Amino acid sequence: MTAVISKKALGIAPMSNNKMIMSFISEKVQALILPMAGIFCFMLLWSLTASSIDTSLGKFPGPHAVATQVVNLIDEHNAERDKADVFYIRQDERNKVRMAKDPSYQPKVRIYTGKETFLDQILTSLVTVISGFLVAAVIAIPLGIAIGLSKTLNTAINPIIQIFKPVSPLAWLPIVTMVVSALYVSPDPMFAKSFITSLITVTLCSLWPMVINTSFGVVSMNQDWVNVSKVLSLPKHVHIQKIVLPASIPAIFTGMRMSLGIAWMVLIAAEMLSQSPGLGKFVWDEFQNGSSQSLSRIMTAVLTIGLIGYLLDRTMLQLQRILSWDKSSAQL
Amino acid sequence: MSIILDISKVDMVFPTPKGDFTALKGVDLQIKKGEFISLIGHSGCGKSTVLNIVACLHRATLGGVLLNNKEVTEPGPERAVVFQNHSLLPWLTAYQNIELAVKQVFKNKMSPAEMKEWIEHNLRLVHMDHAKDKRPDEISGGMKQRIGIARALAMKPEVLLMDEPFGALDALTRAHMQDSLMEIQQKLNNTVIMITHDVDEAVLLSDRIVMMTNGPAATIGEILDVNLPHPRNRLALAEDVEYNRLRSAVLTFLYEKQRKVEVIPTAESTKTTEKAGIKQNTSSVA
Repeated sequence: MTAVISKKALGIAPMSNNKMIMSFISEKVQALILPMAGIFCFMLLWSLTASSIDTSLGKFPGPHAVATQVVNLIDEHNAERDKADVFYIRQDERNKVRMAKDPSYQPKVRIYTGKETFLDQILTSLVTVISGFLVAAVIAIPLGIAIGLSKTLNTAINPIIQIFKPVSPLAWLPIVTMVVSALYVSPDPMFAKSFITSLITVTLCSLWPMVINTSFGVVSMNQDWVNVSKVLSLPKHVHIQKIVLPASIPAIFTGMRMSLGIAWMVLIAAEMLSQSPGLGKFVWDEFQNGSSQSLSRIMTAVLTIGLIGYLLDRTMLQLQRILSWDKSSAQL
Repeated sequence: MSIILDISKVDMVFPTPKGDFTALKGVDLQIKKGEFISLIGHSGCGKSTVLNIVACLHRATLGGVLLNNKEVTEPGPERAVVFQNHSLLPWLTAYQNIELAVKQVFKNKMSPAEMKEWIEHNLRLVHMDHAKDKRPDEISGGMKQRIGIARALAMKPEVLLMDEPFGALDALTRAHMQDSLMEIQQKLNNTVIMITHDVDEAVLLSDRIVMMTNGPAATIGEILDVNLPHPRNRLALAEDVEYNRLRSAVLTFLYEKQRKVEVIPTAESTKTTEKAGIKQNTSSVA
């Protein structure tokens, strides 16, 4: 009798295991195949429409043209780096020769001023967006907590936030540019003026979503936790550090992800408008350049911008998953 | 035994847009050291308000609360509260939740090793030492409430305040928790004020049952002394004459003297007169 049952059990167990494995695989396959199918359809549609649009700069770039440009842009980058290396080697040699002739000679070291490549521009934009975002976070999170904790402060500051929140940071750009030019005067500046201008623009637009979400997180904090803190008679700074900050972490992350998304979009526009180095400038330069390659290079930039924006958001999400106790709010 | 807590002629008035609302009127209660008091009454009668006034999460409009003959003016760990919804901090483990309390209360009085021992002692007391590194969302409702009780006990409170501590639990878990609480009370002999809806819970656990009248202007209706010997056993008591007398005394107070009439808003009742009529009928039958 027992033998029969165990046989049955044995027979059933692998079946259900198989089923589980199958459903696991089919889930994975779906998660992989469906997006691939989506991308494939998009590519097909894109190349079909692209070939039927004629512009004054030639045909609208299709996937193939973009792929070619990706290779081109990387090649150009490497070529530029080689040029720079050659320049430095030449400079060193020249200096050595002159030092040998005249030991009192002070060798001159000049920095290579070649054209920024596409990859340089990507890096510039990334550094700018992250710096501006961090500056905004350093201001916005304490401010949001203060506003969330104090009704008085909230009532006082709320109108200002509401008025400045809908202003496109691009409207600020001329003012920021003029103020930075006037105030940021130093014979040996640590950062370029254009970097400071872009950074402030990014900060201005990242600020509001973070302030609003942080203060919302603090206000909507579970009243029980506040009562626990009261019963324990926690001092103010411990209350903020141990209760308020962790409690509002999920809302803070929501604000940060919104901010970073906006910041990245705004930065590209600001770079185009103000001719500050970065991906925006690359796009604008190519547009002004108007060669037969321009459109496909711009298209490459567009896709790169999208990809980087996506990766920035994913990074924030990953960070949230690691740091936030509330795993359900870090779902997507 | 000496009076440890004196709730002295407390009135509570809440200002509302429609004018003042008197929640409590002349609540007066003296509690002896080591006494276990249950506050029972219909929902909305202001039991929680009384507890919050003792905890100083609310301030009484008139009257006040004396702890060891000193008026209490702000919340403090000597009046630890066990909240209805456990109120554990979800980002901390069970151990860390208690640690936060212990670190604050015994900051300069215990060495780190003593603190660790004290936290673990309290976890053992509620039989939760096996789950000390679990976060609240990884354990069941009853387990969370155990940790909540351990956290409150770890503050070595002079008065332990419990706001319907088992209200959110299923009946079996609740019975289990009541037994645990009796066992702990047997060891520690704390002074406890517990709010409850549950007549059996009140009779089983308390030394005195304080029954409150319905609001507005709720106050203490009757006080019932429970002179059943400790330790109490729920199965043995089920047949006990005195137990059943006390039980029916509480039931009589709640369902005859202070019967709660469901008030149906007038705007709604004019719209659905028929439905409201049916509702009223069923509630009176129940």
